[in-house]
Amino acid sequence: MMRPLLDVQNLTIELTTRDGVAPVIDDLSFSLNAGETLSFVGESGCGKSMTALALMGLLPANVGRIAGGHILFEGEDLAQASDARLRKIRGNDISMIFQEPMTSLNPVLTIGEQIAEVLRAHQGLSRKAAWTQAIALLDAVRIPNPKGRAGDYPFQMSGGQRQRAMIAMALACAPKILIADEPTTALDVTVQAQIFDLLGDLRKQTGAAIILITHDMGAVAEMAERMIVMYAGRKAELGPVDQIIDHPRHPYTKGLIECVPHIQSELSTTRHDLVEVPGIVPSLREFGKNQCLFASRCRYLTEACLAGRPEPQEFDNAQSADCWHAEEL
Amino acid sequence: MTRPEVQEEDTPQAQHPVIESWAMFRKNTAAVAALALLILITFGAIFGPTLYPTDPFEMVWAPFSPPGEEGFLLGTDYLGRDLLAMIINGAKVSLMIGLSAALMTVMIGVTVGALAGFYRGIVEEILMRITEFFQVLPTLLFSMVLVALFGASLPMITFAIGIVSWTAVARITRSEFLRIRELEYVTASRASGASNMKLMFRVILPNALPPIIVQSALMVGSAILFEAGLSFLGLTDPNVVSWGQIIGSNRQYILDAGYTVTIPGVAIFVTVLAISLVGDGLNDALNPKLRQR
Repeated sequence: MMRPLLDVQNLTIELTTRDGVAPVIDDLSFSLNAGETLSFVGESGCGKSMTALALMGLLPANVGRIAGGHILFEGEDLAQASDARLRKIRGNDISMIFQEPMTSLNPVLTIGEQIAEVLRAHQGLSRKAAWTQAIALLDAVRIPNPKGRAGDYPFQMSGGQRQRAMIAMALACAPKILIADEPTTALDVTVQAQIFDLLGDLRKQTGAAIILITHDMGAVAEMAERMIVMYAGRKAELGPVDQIIDHPRHPYTKGLIECVPHIQSELSTTRHDLVEVPGIVPSLREFGKNQCLFASRCRYLTEACLAGRPEPQEFDNAQSADCWHAEEL
Repeated sequence: MTRPEVQEEDTPQAQHPVIESWAMFRKNTAAVAALALLILITFGAIFGPTLYPTDPFEMVWAPFSPPGEEGFLLGTDYLGRDLLAMIINGAKVSLMIGLSAALMTVMIGVTVGALAGFYRGIVEEILMRITEFFQVLPTLLFSMVLVALFGASLPMITFAIGIVSWTAVARITRSEFLRIRELEYVTASRASGASNMKLMFRVILPNALPPIIVQSALMVGSAILFEAGLSFLGLTDPNVVSWGQIIGSNRQYILDAGYTVTIPGVAIFVTVLAISLVGDGLNDALNPKLRQR
């Protein structure tokens, strides 16, 4: 079997808060193959974005740190890599697009300059070559009249266009991994679909693996081959998307899927009630306890759930769920 | 929607933020008038000596000849020197010291503030303690000591003014850096592999500039005042004329010939006021919080 492009082993990230040290990512392992799309799903505060920042070596200084585990990128451990080495990798081998296209572009530089800057830093292109390449990239993300738009400042563009510009910037150096941290949360629904289409097409063209962080189950079903459901800093469930949506083995996954409304082909007077997952994500203080952290919200709660942290239960279809009751579900 | 095709050059067009700021500046009538006056004063300082070539050190007439009489527009001082020539030549010195001292405060202040605000931690602690040290120094006394010890040459006076007034710029720069470094586009730049230098000077600093520009404009005015204060006390290069020096050397005759003190005083007042008004206009133009009004 081929070595995966990215292999994360037992990653633990600690965040220092006023109440002490909390493991915001607790013993997380997963792998990502070249060209694959892996999706992280979960509510806010479950550690999805933290995982992304850790992969980039961008954990907030003095607050967050990698307390254990390995992030093996093509065999190299990024958890141990020097700052200079990480800087080379960032934007070149692994790049990232952010949630807020409105605020994630530098307001005082034109978008052409910002894309050209990345190219010059990583590929040593000349000013002119970088500019030409930037225009080509803007064209690739389907911005109309790229030559004219390259000289525009971010405030002259719409949200969707800015997110395209961000994608162009992220893809400038043909990265092997693209991390998309809720790339469409701040955008209109119609624009969301365009951005996902674009990401899908670009993946086909460039062969980049995508880590898609999202709340949007619909986007997961459409974009990703495999998914990881995160809950309170721990993996709840991992496996192929269609298998998980078909038969979730973790009560949290089940809850998330039931939350999504289904469009009915025939309008009838009876409507299914939308199910919600009761309660909220536990506070950071609760993280790291030796029990199932979902227990307080779970309808399948038993003694065992409070007695110890659930072991991952593996299934034949490459699905695995961290729940004591996974078999029964 | 189609956009008109832009020219084939590879340079970005349309400096929109600049045009927008200029529109805001233009709305401030006082600032525009002050800017015009300031341009006039600058031209006078540069071309005045050629257009009115009287030597400011030469005794051209009897002392205390009042303005307008006996052929001298602004009269003569206690040694019989032409006051108009002195004002014109003094303008250059006053403006030059004002500008170069302000430039020095900006250089020191921005460097210290940027490093402190960007790196935080121990770097910030050390740099801000140094800043606080300079803040609590009695400014006039300290610069007097410097000038008295190392001689009253123009570079030394400039240095003495600059070294005591950079703290305000440093604090403003640091606070802007602290705010901007947490913004998403800085993280985004970091995520695309930008080095610390690039983050500091290409990403954060340009966004932190507006309040720094306003502060440094005001700095020019206060440096001119400072220089006037020093030369009034006699701490000035005796080989050049400056406005403060004219006031200082004529101060004994203030009751007999008030105009010898008043005229250079008005020159200082008008110039500093003009600079302050321009600074105020820049504040209107560059402060995003005032834009929406």
